Amino acid sequence: MTIQLNGEQQDIQAGMSVAALLRQLEIRLDQVAVEVNMEIMDKGGFESKLLQDGDRVEVMSFIGGGSEGFDIGHFCISPNHPRCCEKLILNQ
Amino acid sequence: MSNDRLTIAGREFRSRLWVGTGKYKDFVETQKAIEVSGADVVTVAVRRVNITDRNSENLLDYIDPKKYTILPNTAGCYTVEDAVRYARLARAAGVSDLVKLEVIGDEKTLFPDTAGLIEAAKILIKEGFIVLPYTNDDPIVAKKLVDIGCPAVMPLAAPIGSGLGIRNPYNLKIILETVKVPVIVDAGVGTASDAALAMELGADAVLMNTAIAGAQDPIVMAEAMKYAVDAGRLAYRAGRIPRKLYATASTTIEGML
Repeated sequence: MTIQLNGEQQDIQAGMSVAALLRQLEIRLDQVAVEVNMEIMDKGGFESKLLQDGDRVEVMSFIGGGSEGFDIGHFCISPNHPRCCEKLILNQ
Repeated sequence: MSNDRLTIAGREFRSRLWVGTGKYKDFVETQKAIEVSGADVVTVAVRRVNITDRNSENLLDYIDPKKYTILPNTAGCYTVEDAVRYARLARAAGVSDLVKLEVIGDEKTLFPDTAGLIEAAKILIKEGFIVLPYTNDDPIVAKKLVDIGCPAVMPLAAPIGSGLGIRNPYNLKIILETVKVPVIVDAGVGTASDAALAMELGADAVLMNTAIAGAQDPIVMAEAMKYAVDAGRLAYRAGRIPRKLYATASTTIEGML
């Protein structure tokens, strides 16, 4: 099945849990937040939450930032931002 | 200085210099600058994890959350919805229920959208967040933010990254006299004297990023900022002499020929 993972189409095994997806991607569970279809998950729910075809999944963590944050490379996810492009933005 | 602690919402902070983690060359430089600055509150931003390059390192491998208070911000958010969403994501990531709330009003100035800021702060406070709002140097807005439950306010000195220094010391002074919570001057500092001035005015702390990270030598500037904040704080506590137009001799004329 296909999900939208951080803005990109990604084929994953059917019935995969959020925790399994993170393990497959080698993403550490600490310091990470996951949103499925705009709903933020409790970390305790990563194992039981099974992903569905077409789910929109965001995996977020911390990067360097003072204010604003558009000075270093990052993935834009803000659809309301004037410069949003759903892509990696580098050194604007 | 060791017993002159800053307390916000029951949390005690050792340093009155708070620093951001953006714009550094790499994580090693970030780590070194923060260490030299003596800061114990460090701001970070929330962004998508790089899925395709799993070799990329995590910032928090370099900035130990056990050693520093991690203050996630909502940098880059231009709407109440986005700011609330990012704050919730930051808390869900599990390092802190603190948030440096930013609702940016305009791309060119990065001035806060203070109406949006108050709205977002209300929502987040209701959800149990400790909201530290990045606001304008507007005493009325600062008071409103405190009234709705912000345990500190963070008025700007000048636009983010501008290095223009304290543009309106009188407004900051009014804010300091108006609100009964800690005031952290945030953004716009350019060099050490700006930080010292903020502290001399009575600010409880100063938060900066670009002034250190953008300096020719960030590590040396981090040290300069540490001394500036300490010196400014001590001068504030000492109580400066009043300004006078004419001279006052500091040496007696008694005993002269």
